[in-house]
Amino acid sequence: MPIDRRLISHFDWTVLALAIGLVCLGVLTIYSATYSITEHRASGLAMKQFYWFLFGFGVMVAAATLDYHHIDNIAYPLYGVTLVLLTVVYFTGHSGGGSQRWIHLGFFTLQPSEVAKLAIVLALTKFLQYDEPPGGYRLQDLWAPFLLVGPLAVLTLIQPDLGTAIILVVVFFSLILMGGLRVRSFLYLAAAGVAFMPIAYHFLKPYQRNRIWTFLNPDLDPLGAGYHVIQSKIAVGSGRLLGKGFLNGTQNRLDFLPAQHTDFIFAVFAEEWGLIGCLILLALYFALMIAGLRVVARAKDRIGALLAFGVVAIFFWQVVINVAMVTGLMPVVGIPLPLLSYGGSSMVTMMVAVGLLINVSMRRFTF
Amino acid sequence: MITLSSQKEVPPEFRRRTQLLVAAVCAIFLLLGIRLLFLQVIDGERYTYLSENNRIRLKKVPGTRGMVFDRRGQLMVDSRPSFDLLFVPEDAREPEQILGRLARYIGRPEQDLLKLYKEDQYRAPFEEVVLGKDVDWRTVVAVESHQLDLPGVSLRTRPRRNYLESGMAAHLVGYLGEIGPRQLKTQKVNGYTMGDEIGQSGLERRWEEFLRGQSGGQQVEVDALGRRVRVLHEVEDVPGYNVVLTLDRDVQHAAQEAMQGKDGAIVALDVHTGAVLAMVSAPAFDPNVFARGVTGEEWRGYMNDRAHPMNNRAIQGQYPPGSTFKIVLSVAALEEGAIQADTRLGCAGSMPFGNRVFHDWKKEGHGSVDLHRGIVESCDVYFYQVGSRLGVDKIAKWARALGLGEKTGIDLDDEKPGLIPDSEWKQRRFHQPWFPGETPSIAIGQGYVTVTPLQMATMVATVANGGTLYRPWFVRKVESLDGAVLREYGPQQVRSIAFKEGTLDQVRSALADVVATPAGTGGAARSQIVKIAGKTGTAQVTEMKGGMVKSENLTYLARDHAWFVSYAPAENPEIAVAVIVEHGGHGGSAAAPLAKKVIETYLETKGEKPPAEKQPAAGKQLARVQGDADAD
Repeated sequence: MPIDRRLISHFDWTVLALAIGLVCLGVLTIYSATYSITEHRASGLAMKQFYWFLFGFGVMVAAATLDYHHIDNIAYPLYGVTLVLLTVVYFTGHSGGGSQRWIHLGFFTLQPSEVAKLAIVLALTKFLQYDEPPGGYRLQDLWAPFLLVGPLAVLTLIQPDLGTAIILVVVFFSLILMGGLRVRSFLYLAAAGVAFMPIAYHFLKPYQRNRIWTFLNPDLDPLGAGYHVIQSKIAVGSGRLLGKGFLNGTQNRLDFLPAQHTDFIFAVFAEEWGLIGCLILLALYFALMIAGLRVVARAKDRIGALLAFGVVAIFFWQVVINVAMVTGLMPVVGIPLPLLSYGGSSMVTMMVAVGLLINVSMRRFTF
Repeated sequence: MITLSSQKEVPPEFRRRTQLLVAAVCAIFLLLGIRLLFLQVIDGERYTYLSENNRIRLKKVPGTRGMVFDRRGQLMVDSRPSFDLLFVPEDAREPEQILGRLARYIGRPEQDLLKLYKEDQYRAPFEEVVLGKDVDWRTVVAVESHQLDLPGVSLRTRPRRNYLESGMAAHLVGYLGEIGPRQLKTQKVNGYTMGDEIGQSGLERRWEEFLRGQSGGQQVEVDALGRRVRVLHEVEDVPGYNVVLTLDRDVQHAAQEAMQGKDGAIVALDVHTGAVLAMVSAPAFDPNVFARGVTGEEWRGYMNDRAHPMNNRAIQGQYPPGSTFKIVLSVAALEEGAIQADTRLGCAGSMPFGNRVFHDWKKEGHGSVDLHRGIVESCDVYFYQVGSRLGVDKIAKWARALGLGEKTGIDLDDEKPGLIPDSEWKQRRFHQPWFPGETPSIAIGQGYVTVTPLQMATMVATVANGGTLYRPWFVRKVESLDGAVLREYGPQQVRSIAFKEGTLDQVRSALADVVATPAGTGGAARSQIVKIAGKTGTAQVTEMKGGMVKSENLTYLARDHAWFVSYAPAENPEIAVAVIVEHGGHGGSAAAPLAKKVIETYLETKGEKPPAEKQPAAGKQLARVQGDADAD
């Protein structure tokens, strides 16, 4: 396929620059989070994360280059592969931190629930690409998407990975709303969801229930989740306006924080860079969302707009839920901060997402 | 360019939705910003104070492990409080100086402490260095009284497993050890963390989930020197459940004493249930050594010991049964009709078979022998002939029916099955047919035949109780501190064999006379207080070409194994005992007296109430539970 010169001239440098900026902050913070004061050096994780970024960058370029209209062909096969991977994880998965989320692939361990986020966006985009029915979709028009998302969400939930399951579900609802679900149908669904909550609660693992209760009252589990929330808030709060400075976060240094370099990386960042740093970081994410929504608004066709929107939804919900969790606004659920948290599968998935956004953006003038 | 039918224009309503979305994103990010403002600026001072002046730490308090009692409620294993000496270098301004001071106070070489501190350089910050486990009172008092001079030094109380009498039935009870990295991976889900103890073998391992109890912990506020300011929150630890065994402490004690200084095993079973009354494997290890943390040197010592003290000979030792196997032969021959009880066969001291000559232990021979005399005097030539009449496959059939050649299924790890050969096995293993010339060896429990002491005990118990084979078991119940029963276990029948009338009577009367009559080989087991029935066995370790050599004249490792399998009382059996003394020589002289001692102890103590003073720890914990109940 000859590369159209207009594609290069319309390349979305803003999105790319924002993504790279976030990754840089992430690598720095991982360095700090894994720095050992007794050894006076960091573990190799920051470097590893950087290599993952390089790999992710390559995949991103590929994801940006291949015309996004091909997702019509790719979406369902990708969905199938993800479903198989999640099933494999359920039976043979490599466990870590009390749940089975990984598959060993020789040189690295793959976390299929990360891939599931993309699979859902692609499958739904494919399904919703045609014109909405007049007045919008009714629930019975959307049985197929529900059927697609259900197994992925359930398989993720029973790993157990409540955080990713929540992301899958909210991204799904965001997409069908954007795709034209009737508002009235959505309200029915929301009401049903509220009614369903006690039943869902019944199926949660004890530790997940504990987290909900400890969120409501942190004193209930002072040695477990309550401790994490308290320590995380202390870390964020003690950063104050200007922060304690790079490598100077005591909460982080003294190992008071749980999952410092993964789910709680925002706490490490907040402690060292203070409110100013946090606002800059949030501004970067905000700019990425707005740039993404601009891609949605300017997309050439419906399928492109939905694809870009799906990517924005993944980013948006992960950022919001993660920051809300770390600052004590929400119960502790394991959700990584996109492009910042340590993790190969997460990094590559998010870079592919960025690639898809660029893909839609630069094809807005092609015919 | 690709053209696809699905290229729909972006509908105008998408524009409107996007505008709404931009507004929503703005609002939510504003909310996050405000939250950060509150945390970092408005409450920032408070959180800074919390992060700098006060440090909140977690202290884990492991739950006290459940106790182990014998069948009459006598304590066998409990836990006692102990102190570990800890040091957090980050809390001491000059760690080396503090350690020097500590060394003087507690009278330990300074070098030792410094070495431990230096060795642990790669620990996480603020993690304690363990300077001593289970330290003595002098150290505790010294540290407590000089607390102010010793910043960073602290004591941690933790329950320590205490196996009474240096470990009774050590192999059956097993031992505890710190959880290893691989175990931690699989056990993390069950709430184990680094440094936790977990049952590594035997009862401690199989009943881990009941015994372990639940760890508690404290969220402690400490000051800049790491000293506790106050306890913010506390989660009470919960002690584990107690386990009541079928073992009898007195019988176990007697069996262990009898085995003192010897290698071998003793198993005593309740004839009517298969419950284990005593299980000894000698030499044994001291599980207390593992409870306080085994040193590399001690571990290597156990591993390299030629006598393999870690092996449980009662279930893992596979020995040729020798003449004790004649019990199986007698049962098989009567059942298969190969002989009648009064069938007389001649013994001239040896029997030629093919191009080999099979010797009797008595050179001059026994003359004309029937089954009764064959057993009582353990005539080899008689049983060579019985074996040849039966053939190997019928011998194997009855040996297996009596539980030999397969694992008994006792709830212990790594049990061995022993081996009962037959022609099919020979074909499979060596691709050769069975030669009739091999059968006479099998008939006297030599050749390929091997058994474990536990199997021999179940075998003789089956003969004694009239033909019911039980799976051996040793845990009667699991109960909570207040006596509520969580699990109860009972006898499990493996199979019941319907013997012909008379078969067992013939064999049992002969087994009684082995001990009771002057001609019998088991006279050494004759007791003043009870009639014991049994069979001696002397299992050859090395084959002696050209006849018999007196065992005493051989080097230790070439000497025969001495067996005695027995039950008592002879008329109305209650207890079955199998004894093997490795390289002990003759079963009659080396093994029979041990069985007698075990049986006598059982009968002397079975009616007695247990002495009351043996449960101090139980009383203490019970009191605590009641205290909790009062508080509610």
